[in-house]
Amino acid sequence: MPSLKDLKNRIGSVKNTRKITKAMQMVAAAKLRRAQDSAEAARPYAERMGVVMSALASSVGTGDGAPKLLAGSGADKVHLLVIMTSERGLCGGFNTTIVRLARAKIAELLAAGKTVKILTVGKKGREQMKRDYGQYYVGHVDLTAVKRVGYADALGIARDVIARFDHGEADVVTLFYNRFQSVISQVPTAQQVIPAVFDAAAATAEYDYEPGEEAILADLLPRNVATQVFTALLENAASEQGARMSAMDNATRNAGDMINKLTVVYNRSRQAAITKELIEIISGAEAL
Amino acid sequence: MQVDIVTPERRLLSMAATEVQIPGAEGDLTAMEGHSTAMVGLRPGILRANGAGGSKAYVVTGGFAEINATSVTVLAEQAIPVEEATPAVMDKLLADMSEAAAINPNRDDADKAFADLAAVKAALAGH
Repeated sequence: MPSLKDLKNRIGSVKNTRKITKAMQMVAAAKLRRAQDSAEAARPYAERMGVVMSALASSVGTGDGAPKLLAGSGADKVHLLVIMTSERGLCGGFNTTIVRLARAKIAELLAAGKTVKILTVGKKGREQMKRDYGQYYVGHVDLTAVKRVGYADALGIARDVIARFDHGEADVVTLFYNRFQSVISQVPTAQQVIPAVFDAAAATAEYDYEPGEEAILADLLPRNVATQVFTALLENAASEQGARMSAMDNATRNAGDMINKLTVVYNRSRQAAITKELIEIISGAEAL
Repeated sequence: MQVDIVTPERRLLSMAATEVQIPGAEGDLTAMEGHSTAMVGLRPGILRANGAGGSKAYVVTGGFAEINATSVTVLAEQAIPVEEATPAVMDKLLADMSEAAAINPNRDDADKAFADLAAVKAALAGH
């Protein structure tokens, strides 16, 4: 049985923890709103880009002479996985769900005899996968210093990925990230960006292209990769804050439960101690 | 007609205009109400939207414009209002572009884009 003083200290420390988790939850809520606004603001560009790209891709086709970013390098041997996780912890299962999806994909690719290369964005996922798949790492993007992801960050990653593709170091590039659905639900997603995948049904209007279709397509494909990376980064940022918010909400609630339980134990021990003292005094008086 | 300029990060402009001057890859063009549907690649230049409420001009470094009878949608990676395009800002754009040109396999295109942007800077300085 812990002493009264120990119990009091314990309650004090759990109360402090609750204050911290509560503060983190509120910070995450504020950041989530900002992240959602960024994601919202980026949507029109990505949507128009998607529509235009599908229109172009379906009219140019993936036959001979089509740009490599669209048609692929002709092989399906080397897979580059871009695994996007967070830079900071305490965000519940956010990183683990992405890593789990990536692990399943890697195991599947290795079993099929493919070569796997891994580019990590965010150090949490990098740490989690290092033991099993560290030998496949080819690069890392550090966004620790980035407060708010900008298009420039996505552009850097996209250029790196495209350069690897152009040099024949990768045939297929897939992004792994968490798509934001709501505060309590983030969906781990694997999205192939090279060769580009399009929804052909979205193609509608006929356009006059100036310069030609191929020239515009060749110009747009790298931009499209950057746009998709940017969308993934934004979704991931919103998901991270959402996951952190619900994780901290749980932690705050658990701390509250714990304080209640400890307080009950504390009160009981206090009363027991008082009763014991009274018994001692009364029995002492009776003995006289 | 409706004009929208969207960049990857946000929607920059959304207004009603009577005409939009676009620096097309194969020459400047002006889009007005009833224009045939077209997809036009942009070269670095100044994009201007004239409307009843005045005119807005932006320095763009590339991208493309989607034109149809009732609207123009410009998708640009970078669009800077001309009022904010000071020589220092333009120098930064030029530096970025020469960096991008270094890894561009197509030298001619990269050089031409650089020259276009330099021309924009000169034109702005002339005002």
